[in-house]
Amino acid sequence: MTGRQIITDTQNSWCPGCGNFSIQHTLKNILTEMEQEGRSLDDVVLVSGIGCHAKIADYLDINSFYSLHGRTIPAATGIKLANPRLTVICCSGDGDSYAEGLDHLIFAAKRNIDITVIVHNNRVYGLTTGQYTPTSPLGFRGKSTPAGTLEYPFNPLELMLASGATYVARGYSRKMDQLKGLIRGGIAHRGFSFIDTLQICATFFPAADYYTPRVYDLTGHDASSFEHACLKAREWDYSSDAPIALGVFYQKKFPTFDERMARKKMSREEQEHAIQDLLAART
Amino acid sequence: MIGVGLVKYNYWEYFVRLTGDNIPDFPGEDPPSGIPIYIPVTAEPDIRRTCMKEVSVLIGGKAGDGINSAGSVVAQLLNHLGYRIYMYFDYPSLIRGGHNFTVIRGSEQAIGSCRNTIDFILALNQETIARHRDRLNAEHAVIFNADLVKSDGQGVPVKSVLEAEHAPGIMGNSAIIGGFARAASIEWETVEAVFRAHIPKGVDLNLKVARRAYDQIQPVRKISRCDSPALPLLSGNEAIGLGMVRGGLEAYISYPMTPSSSLLHFLAEQQERLGITVVHPENEIAVILMALGFASAGKRTAVGTSGGGFCLMSEGLSFAGMAELPVVLVVSQRTGPSTGLPTYTGQSDLRFILNAGQGEFPRLIVAPGDAQEAVFWSAVATDLAWKFQVPAFILADKTLSEGTYSVNDVATGPRGHGEFLPWDGAAPYRRYSDSPSGVSPLAFPGTKGAVVKVNSYAHDEAGITTEEAPMVEKMTGKRLRKWDGLAAEMDTYPALNVLGNTAASTALLCWGSTRCVCTEVAAQLGLKVVQPVVLSPLPVERLKTSLRGVERLIAVEENATGQLVALIEREGIRADKKILRYDGRPFTVDELLLKVREAMA
Repeated sequence: MTGRQIITDTQNSWCPGCGNFSIQHTLKNILTEMEQEGRSLDDVVLVSGIGCHAKIADYLDINSFYSLHGRTIPAATGIKLANPRLTVICCSGDGDSYAEGLDHLIFAAKRNIDITVIVHNNRVYGLTTGQYTPTSPLGFRGKSTPAGTLEYPFNPLELMLASGATYVARGYSRKMDQLKGLIRGGIAHRGFSFIDTLQICATFFPAADYYTPRVYDLTGHDASSFEHACLKAREWDYSSDAPIALGVFYQKKFPTFDERMARKKMSREEQEHAIQDLLAART
Repeated sequence: MIGVGLVKYNYWEYFVRLTGDNIPDFPGEDPPSGIPIYIPVTAEPDIRRTCMKEVSVLIGGKAGDGINSAGSVVAQLLNHLGYRIYMYFDYPSLIRGGHNFTVIRGSEQAIGSCRNTIDFILALNQETIARHRDRLNAEHAVIFNADLVKSDGQGVPVKSVLEAEHAPGIMGNSAIIGGFARAASIEWETVEAVFRAHIPKGVDLNLKVARRAYDQIQPVRKISRCDSPALPLLSGNEAIGLGMVRGGLEAYISYPMTPSSSLLHFLAEQQERLGITVVHPENEIAVILMALGFASAGKRTAVGTSGGGFCLMSEGLSFAGMAELPVVLVVSQRTGPSTGLPTYTGQSDLRFILNAGQGEFPRLIVAPGDAQEAVFWSAVATDLAWKFQVPAFILADKTLSEGTYSVNDVATGPRGHGEFLPWDGAAPYRRYSDSPSGVSPLAFPGTKGAVVKVNSYAHDEAGITTEEAPMVEKMTGKRLRKWDGLAAEMDTYPALNVLGNTAASTALLCWGSTRCVCTEVAAQLGLKVVQPVVLSPLPVERLKTSLRGVERLIAVEENATGQLVALIEREGIRADKKILRYDGRPFTVDELLLKVREAMA
């Protein structure tokens, strides 16, 4: 199929000014480019969790798997293992992948499954109307923490580096061109690709005024060095005031889980023959 | 720990007092001297005529002694003598130490349960004698490791046998088995054939060890040969695995949990041979979601767990219901609630499996009674999950999963292998297009021209989220219509077994692994047995028909409340009595016989 309409006619329900619009637009541009390069979008699957970000599954007219809260990654892993020809992209929220489904994120990095995970990190629960998330800054006043949170946020980049991710990047929804490059790089990367995407929540955490003066592009950074990646990842801890680097922090070539898992297809006759052999061996 | 022997023995004493009469039932032998075998004798029917050739061998020792593998060799010896086998393995939840034992029972007829009495004890430690000596039904039928055990019977000097053959300590069990074979007058040719077929490493040296012990032991009691040929011996979990492969299985995903783990081990070991993918992810939530990912991409997939692990899967199950993703769930029950008794049996998760998951959606639940039924029904469950795009459960328990059975693999082939209604290619593809049956044509990502949208939210036919009331109602109706198709499909399967004396006015009602013990007891007392194999959709009409002429319905379940009883009560069917066991141990034939008699008194 070529020249397909990439946006469905579903009524969009994100708030005006929501960072999700830019991420969706970025993905649309990437898909258009992929199609122009001769790749079939029939082979692309978008997996989303639950939350504002996840509505993207309804809005993009490509194969989608609108999963449960926190459960994008195991479903995406199953899809990739079932059909390694597919390009599998997860759009996940910070509530999804850093709270409810953190275990899956860590294990996907550990396995180096060839999927691309974009975390729409607005650092607040939007759809449940404003509670803190694992990346909200210390003291964040949400509906469940009216006096401010008492816990420090995760640094997801550090977490991913420690877990074995082979492509670790951070983007910002207000820097769409760069974000497009980071996501395309993740899709092209063979292995587990992680793109933490700082995104503003227009209603509950409109942090653009905080991010815009602080973000800078990683230049002259050696992304093949794990040590340098760790140093850069620790520059901003998602809570204290510091410059916020954007770009690819780390990338390495490594065998993927799906490659190692490849299994040769067997005919039903061969299979029944194997069963008969097995029964004979048990007699 | 209260050993199974102790509990059973208490029942047994009571039983002996009650019945008084005794008949030897040892095959082809004069009544053995010493402790007689007690079998209840009543007017109906004459037990002497239904008395069959049978033998029970108990092997006991510490965890790590290789009790289960020694049991498998003894089971094969009896198999090659023409017996139908059931092997029960009893072990605590630890890796080394503790007391493990296995009971290998052989009978002329297909069986799936144990007796209280034991014909031979093979003791690898002293505790085996202390715990099980009282179950022995004749003197001198103890074969023991003379280096470690003091007992009557005959000791095998294991250490000196191994030294004489320069054999490693791991071959000690071969000496015990060799000694047993001689004590039971099993021809050496049979021992050699079984060792050659079933001992993978160092068979020649194992045979020398066994022979040296064989030559030092005196025959005590002969185990007569039966007429039947040897059959494949499979554990229930292996049977489930092979059945699912026959039904079209392409991937198995599981996180270890007793008593389902041996299915994971079996399929992992055989994955290349059977051409399937086996994945062991981080937890059960990942297991079910990964399976749904596989299913959405067109691969027939099963998961396996026990009750606790299934708790973690219940949100994923509900997703499968809403998104109409076919998936097979093998749930092997153990004693609950919570962590419960990890290595012991139970049938207390039926209510949970029937009701798990938020919302309303169709599901298939099959509960096979033994390994042979498990091969057949596991194939059916795998096939029908795809035909109807529903979650399908294979509900087992420790008795079935970890028990070993003779499997007569004839006519167990499935009708289908997960064939499904394919998309005809007419654009646009709509994943949830409505139809009279409620079943939508399937396409998968990667199909040219199809946009496949799978959704956990309420959705329209294209798979786009909706909150519109008429659409929600319509799509709920579409999903629920699959119940009717599934129920109609079940009418073409043996979804309910009526066994035993079908004209009897007293019937035993059972499900799952207790079917085996119920049929044995029913054969002795001339009763009928009614066993629904399919528990959802319950074959209500067939159940009602099967109970015509039944004046007394006695339910037998291994749980504390009678969960099948509760299920049939919803359909207006009442059980008169409930015989329940919930201490983690399966009913023995003798115990259940006693209980049924009490219930009938």
